[in-house]
Amino acid sequence: MATTTSLAPVPQIATHRAEPDRGDWTSWVTTTDHKRIGILYLVTCFVFFMVGGVEALLMRSQLAVPNNTLINAEHYNQLVTMHGTTMIFLFVIPVWAGFANYMVPLMIGARDMAFPRLNALSYWLFVAGGVVFYSSVFWNPPDAGWFSYTPLSNGTYSPTAGQDTWIYLIHLTGLASAIGAINIVVTIATMRAPGMGWGRLPLFCWGVLTQAIMLIVAIPVIAGAVTMLLTDRHFHTCYFDPRCGGSPLLWQHLFWFFGHPEVYIMILPGFGVISEVLPVFARKPIFGYRAIAASTVGIAFLSVLVWAHHMFTAPIPLVVLAFFMISSMAIAVPTGVKVINWVATLWRGSIVFRTPLYFACGFLVLFTLGGLSGVMLAIFPIDWQVHGSYFVVAHFHFVLVAGAVSAVMAAIYFWFPKMTGRMLSESLGKLSFWFQFVGFLVTFGVQHSLGLSGMPRRVYTYNADTGWGTDNLISTIGAFILATGVLLTVFNVVRSLKYGVVAGPDPWKANTLEWFSTSPPPAHNFDVIPKVTSVEPMKDLRAQIAQDSRNARATPTARMRLPVGAAGAVQSATSGGGEHV
Amino acid sequence: MLLVGRLAGAGPAWAGVITPESGGSSNADSIEGLYKIVLIIATVIFCAVAGALVFFLVRYRARPGHVASQIRGNTRLELAWTGAAALILVVLAALTFSSLHGIVTPAASGDDAGAIFATVDQPPAPGDHALHIKVTGRQFVWRFDYPNGAYSYEELQVPIDTTVIVDIYSLDVNHSWWVPKLGGKFDAIPGYVNHTWFKITKPGVFTGQCAELCGQHHAQMIATVRAVPAAAWENWVATQKQLIAQAGTADALAHAKLNSQVGAGQVENP
Repeated sequence: MATTTSLAPVPQIATHRAEPDRGDWTSWVTTTDHKRIGILYLVTCFVFFMVGGVEALLMRSQLAVPNNTLINAEHYNQLVTMHGTTMIFLFVIPVWAGFANYMVPLMIGARDMAFPRLNALSYWLFVAGGVVFYSSVFWNPPDAGWFSYTPLSNGTYSPTAGQDTWIYLIHLTGLASAIGAINIVVTIATMRAPGMGWGRLPLFCWGVLTQAIMLIVAIPVIAGAVTMLLTDRHFHTCYFDPRCGGSPLLWQHLFWFFGHPEVYIMILPGFGVISEVLPVFARKPIFGYRAIAASTVGIAFLSVLVWAHHMFTAPIPLVVLAFFMISSMAIAVPTGVKVINWVATLWRGSIVFRTPLYFACGFLVLFTLGGLSGVMLAIFPIDWQVHGSYFVVAHFHFVLVAGAVSAVMAAIYFWFPKMTGRMLSESLGKLSFWFQFVGFLVTFGVQHSLGLSGMPRRVYTYNADTGWGTDNLISTIGAFILATGVLLTVFNVVRSLKYGVVAGPDPWKANTLEWFSTSPPPAHNFDVIPKVTSVEPMKDLRAQIAQDSRNARATPTARMRLPVGAAGAVQSATSGGGEHV
Repeated sequence: MLLVGRLAGAGPAWAGVITPESGGSSNADSIEGLYKIVLIIATVIFCAVAGALVFFLVRYRARPGHVASQIRGNTRLELAWTGAAALILVVLAALTFSSLHGIVTPAASGDDAGAIFATVDQPPAPGDHALHIKVTGRQFVWRFDYPNGAYSYEELQVPIDTTVIVDIYSLDVNHSWWVPKLGGKFDAIPGYVNHTWFKITKPGVFTGQCAELCGQHHAQMIATVRAVPAAAWENWVATQKQLIAQAGTADALAHAKLNSQVGAGQVENP
């Protein structure tokens, strides 16, 4: 990391007049502070996560035994649609917006996002999307699945307004994501601390930056596609209706051109979290910073070339299938490189077993399984057998629940002390991890078998003579174990807000700049922004302080060696845990 | 290695547990064969990654006096495992292409399949004759049209030892034709025709169901394929045609009777 070119000066923010914080709820509604918006995002997302989780448990309860009558066909299809849409558009994507909002300015040493009011607009558009979508539960929720294949989603087969609320949800949350993505890109491109070249950008920021660029590429496509669906439904434009010259396959192409980058949009920031957590708890640098940053960008590029692997069973020529098989396999290379580099990060470390590390290691094990079943699905003759079956359900839950959600959990346990100033309980955290890990494996492990033995996804019931009863019962039991694990974390968060051990600025002895500030950080984030000289600025600062305090004992004038005005900030910022170098 | 060994000789007991269903038609068997090889490779990779992870977690846990080595990477090692990952995928792609022929190209019908299918308007399968069945999906039932004009719903009857070419249509929304033991699934999309094939060697009943969400009763859209000896099938399909014709005649008579009783205008414009 020796060659970091000089940077343009960081924009200076001059405060002319400070509005006093009124301290009531209106200060949250009108806030443009990236940290408060981050927390609003995270809390809102967790509400939707709980709702989506309850929907999943209802479906699992219905499927626990053959010919169950707990939920009828109509409500089951609505639950399928609501669960998928909620988890993707109202939980996983915005939860990363929440973490990115809170952490990116802190990690790059900025005082806020580039466009604070636009940032607030993103959040409120996202809330509007969620409210419009969930308003449909009082009338007719959509029931055509989260990818709303035409013709099932058109005006003939889904005549109710539920499908329209789904379209508006895509519009509103898409706009929120696109605006937020532009904000992230500008913030990271222009507001990094002095000395933080691209080669010193934290890997979480690399993940978020790449994700933002992918959102900017993918969102306009889906926004266009759902607008076409909307006009098909109400103005008979026939883009997707074969009865008047349209093509249902066109919808599939457009949807998945968005839908597959979407998968990486959901996972890349999670990769970033893992890349931040592992080095901190292995007490050594990430193995191959450049390889991990480069593979992030490589995944983003390849991810727009693989969409038709969702359509291997559609009427498409063999040569096209072969192309998409090879491109889908190619994306496994940068992903595999990341996994091996993460494992190598632990090699010859001095591993401290704290809850964030548990979730990061759980991520590594389960995500690798999901990645391998992904390679199986990329091989199109195999996909012909398992496509649209419970095998696929298992696969994408391995990458999205074991992948994205494990990373979210790691991020919560890692950054909660920074956000609230208090530690989460370690024992509850580890208990929560084991419930989630075991519950996850039980729920989704057996679903591979269900798919291989012929159970399609999205069926609301099955006959006893199919032989699927036992596996389904096991899966349902696992789902409740998993849910218990998630509830333990929710309880841990609520309890620790009041009773948690006071964290101090840097409880983990971490590497990146967010730990330079107090916990929680003040509204302006930093009194002084340090000059960054490596990819691990906090490690450098701790070393400098150790050096200076040794010198100070020798000669009382040595404090003059610190950057001008930084002495107080550095001292306060490291009083928590920084002295144990 | 134990798992690898057991897998290689895996019998039907594994099918539907850790490997796809097979045993109905040779394309399903070929897919299962390919799947097994990929599963073995994937198992080895997973064991290597998870094994290294667990070993490092135990071996390098924080202990008094133990200091982490400040290693920032190793370009040569990283290039090596990038290359290794790419190589494995090249091998997988090569394996796929080499087994593709047995999966996508219809097998030839057997000798005792009967000759009635090699008619002018039905291009024969490579080297031999094949039976073309038009499969049409609609909410929420499969319809099967036979070459002689007969049709059936839900259950498709085919002769054994005969290559069956399935032409898949849809009348309304997307469906997906899937009978696991007879090979992979293929979507029925309105406005398009999709194709697959199977060839069953001994009499039996194979079940499957629609594999693409098609509306409320998607779960009840069952497909059954009954394979019977060629002679029995010819009888069945002739009888089926006759029954349909009789039903049509009876229907027409009933209509005529109704019309004469209440007046055509009332029936047409109730």
